[in-house]
Amino acid sequence: MSLHPIRLTVNGKPEEATVPAGMTLLEFLRERLFLTGAKEGCGAGECGACTVLLDGNPVTSCLVLAVEADGCEVRTIEGEAGEGDLSALQRAFIEEGAIQCGFCTPGMILSARALLERNPDPTDAQIVESIAGNLCRCTGYEAIVAAIRRAAKEERGRR
Amino acid sequence: MSEDKLRYVGQSVTREDGPDKATGAARYTHDLAFPGMLHVAILKSPHASAKIVRIDTAKAQAVPGVRAVLTGGALTYRLGIYLRDKQILANGIVRYQGEAVAAVAAETLDAAKKAVSLIEVEYAPRPAVLDARQALAKDAPLVHADLGSYDFMKGVFAPEAGTNVAHHQKIRAGNLEEGFRGSDLVHEASFETAPVQHVPLETHAAIAQALPGGRIEVWTSSQSPYTVRHLLALTFGLPHQAIRVHVPYVGGGFGGKAGLHLEPLAIVLSRAAGGRPVKVVATREEEFNTLPSRQGLHSTVKIGVTRDGKIQALQATYVWDAGAYADYGVNVGRAAAYSGAGPYAIPHCAIDSYVVYTNKVFGTAYRGFGHLEVLWAVERAIDQVAHKLGIDPFEFRMKNLLKAGDRTITGESVTPGHGRPDLCLEAVAKEIGWGTPSAQPEDPRKVRAKGLACLHKAPAMPTYTSCSAIIKLDEDGGADVLVSGVDYGQGTYTTLRQIAAEELKIQIERVHVINDCDTAFTPYDWQTVASRFSFMGGNAVIEASKDCLYQLKATAALALKVRPDEIELQDGFAFVATEPLRRIPYKDLALGYTFQNGSSVGGPVIGHGRYIATGLSHLDLETGQGKPAQFWTYGAHAVEIEVDTETGEVEVLKVATAIDAGKVLNPLQCRGQVVGGVVQGLGSALWEGFLFSEDGRLQNGSFTDYKIPTAKDTPHEIVPIFIETPQPDGPYGARGLAEHPMISIPSALGNALYNALAVDFDRIPLTAERIQQGIAARSRA
Repeated sequence: MSLHPIRLTVNGKPEEATVPAGMTLLEFLRERLFLTGAKEGCGAGECGACTVLLDGNPVTSCLVLAVEADGCEVRTIEGEAGEGDLSALQRAFIEEGAIQCGFCTPGMILSARALLERNPDPTDAQIVESIAGNLCRCTGYEAIVAAIRRAAKEERGRR
Repeated sequence: MSEDKLRYVGQSVTREDGPDKATGAARYTHDLAFPGMLHVAILKSPHASAKIVRIDTAKAQAVPGVRAVLTGGALTYRLGIYLRDKQILANGIVRYQGEAVAAVAAETLDAAKKAVSLIEVEYAPRPAVLDARQALAKDAPLVHADLGSYDFMKGVFAPEAGTNVAHHQKIRAGNLEEGFRGSDLVHEASFETAPVQHVPLETHAAIAQALPGGRIEVWTSSQSPYTVRHLLALTFGLPHQAIRVHVPYVGGGFGGKAGLHLEPLAIVLSRAAGGRPVKVVATREEEFNTLPSRQGLHSTVKIGVTRDGKIQALQATYVWDAGAYADYGVNVGRAAAYSGAGPYAIPHCAIDSYVVYTNKVFGTAYRGFGHLEVLWAVERAIDQVAHKLGIDPFEFRMKNLLKAGDRTITGESVTPGHGRPDLCLEAVAKEIGWGTPSAQPEDPRKVRAKGLACLHKAPAMPTYTSCSAIIKLDEDGGADVLVSGVDYGQGTYTTLRQIAAEELKIQIERVHVINDCDTAFTPYDWQTVASRFSFMGGNAVIEASKDCLYQLKATAALALKVRPDEIELQDGFAFVATEPLRRIPYKDLALGYTFQNGSSVGGPVIGHGRYIATGLSHLDLETGQGKPAQFWTYGAHAVEIEVDTETGEVEVLKVATAIDAGKVLNPLQCRGQVVGGVVQGLGSALWEGFLFSEDGRLQNGSFTDYKIPTAKDTPHEIVPIFIETPQPDGPYGARGLAEHPMISIPSALGNALYNALAVDFDRIPLTAERIQQGIAARSRA
């Protein structure tokens, strides 16, 4: 398989690598950068566990090639918390009981992060829509929606 | 300690592992990697039933990077928790489409996949049996021709040699004929549930390393570290000390990660690859089609009642579609039989539960352990009988629910400590406004209606099931709690943390429940299934805490030069009861006390606690009489739905769920179990079910074709209600409730659909298509 040089920013840090043409962004993040917060739940873009932000947009990183991320800014769950401090979304997920097994959590939080950056005051329907591509088998989603609502409110209050 | 003095038990404490999981720091088996680790691809059978005539792996062996290629013929190990009917790879015969036939371990996953694609297999298809009832026929092809030679758990299971019956559970109470003779009305109906998948977001994964002297180290996404170790010891003929099993964070289980799955394959590949660590991760397709599912069920229920609505007799035949291997399925058939008449007092009862092999992906434990399936039949039939009698289904249930003084169908006396199904039913009926018809929407195509259903379940576990806990006090007076039950999301570690803080009389922030189970260090626990970990683990943690307190008092007494019974403990201090200012913080006692002159007394405080099921008995193989369970948890659901009569689509407006929890140890976590369970139950009720082709191939083994509920598919409102009738032997009076919210959700939906449409649905999932067809059939009639 042909090899390609890529340069990108991951969680604010510049990265350079040479990757095979067929390597997915998910594989690159997990296997090259050891950012294992993004999970593989299906490998087919159906479950959302591998969601990361590519130039601010949520993508299922199992369906994006690493070479496609060349020149892009990637954010993963590892970049969500501030210096020694959880983000409002992370805290709200914990406080509302929105985490059970936790395998969907990183992708869920990043889908929610993309929503809140576009729309700081979302309706419940918009929250539901934003995570409709992220499967969770444990929580029944109610607490996740509540957590995103709560974090949105807190982040608005800080502006 | 009186109820109102509890500091932590009963509070909505958040998960200790929340920050790990919210930041991506939590490491699951999927995330682990070791130097030199090999990756695995598996070749699966395309046939439901075939003889393997020839396998040629020469081309696979030649692929660069391949370190081991294995086929079933090279392996002689037998697997199976209750009935040893399975092998690591199919050997000579394939029994379901998707069964593992060969496996390759290679330096990269790509190399392993390429090698698998080059393995040549010649199959000779054999007759397949795909329907469990047809598999009972005398001339049906046998899925296991040598069933009679298999080892199995004697005295508990009854495989029938020369047939496809892996287990036949009988329950006999009273005199069935007398019961039906004394009935004014006898109603009979049949029902079906489809096989479904657990769909944990983390697929099964295992890493194994073969060590010198035959020893094995395993990291696995498992619900049951000690059962994995025990079954590996039996399978490989090793002493238990030669096997070490680690369980890191687990991304959901729901029963599907109990017992052995990919671990044996990783082990034999590691051995074949000279001891390199080998990682096997199931693809989502393998999760659907190679790893086990929930069994399908065909039920026939016959109920005899008096005119005034007292149930006299119930006869049920349950035919489970076990698929190709027995796994936990035989125990599902056993447990669902002793629960198979619902939470009702029934004087005359006969149940026959057959767990039947077919040539399909095999079944195992799944949240609810057969109860959702049998109660789909019983709770629908109960409504049908009520309608025939002209009695309100709520009133009919209230007349027949178990109460103290009654006997269960296995002869167990119901006591006040069993809990109150009647209070659960009353609570949900009130919450849904039972008796007040639904306000109908303006759209004439849409109909709203309500439905009810009851549920019960007890842990299905061996009579000797046990559990233990170790608590180590640290230099700073905090505590580490070690257990080997797994918190794969359900929240038990938080509950145990609350209990330990309460019992040790220290701040909860100072208690840490160790996450990674490791059979080398964390103490014995049977397995994390059956909604029994908070109950048993909670009791073990209470005892371990008391052991710590005893040791603290002993050291404090030496330090303060009083008798141990003069010492009291509170807020992390030991003090003389009559002179509270003479006190020592735990941190100065935890490793032993040192006097000012340097001399020391006591020693490190390490508490140990244990719990074992008591008073249980095997069920008599002929009558099913005995005491199968440590405790029962009762519950009820009420739902309100809106059906689109043109499309058959159902919108769930409200679900009220009441569970007699005994004691709510953590309202936030209990609510999480109810909401999550209800939505998972809706999956079984409305959408989920395997579809097989005529030749036995799974048609919908992917998220494209098999839909689980998304955030858009949830009810408008879910109202959890907790009744608290204390369980006398439960920790703080609590009983298990993790599986229960899912059970009887389909039944309540089915009953509401009848009330909406006057159509009796007998099969789940209640897809829009099926509902639409039901409406059309009613219109034609």
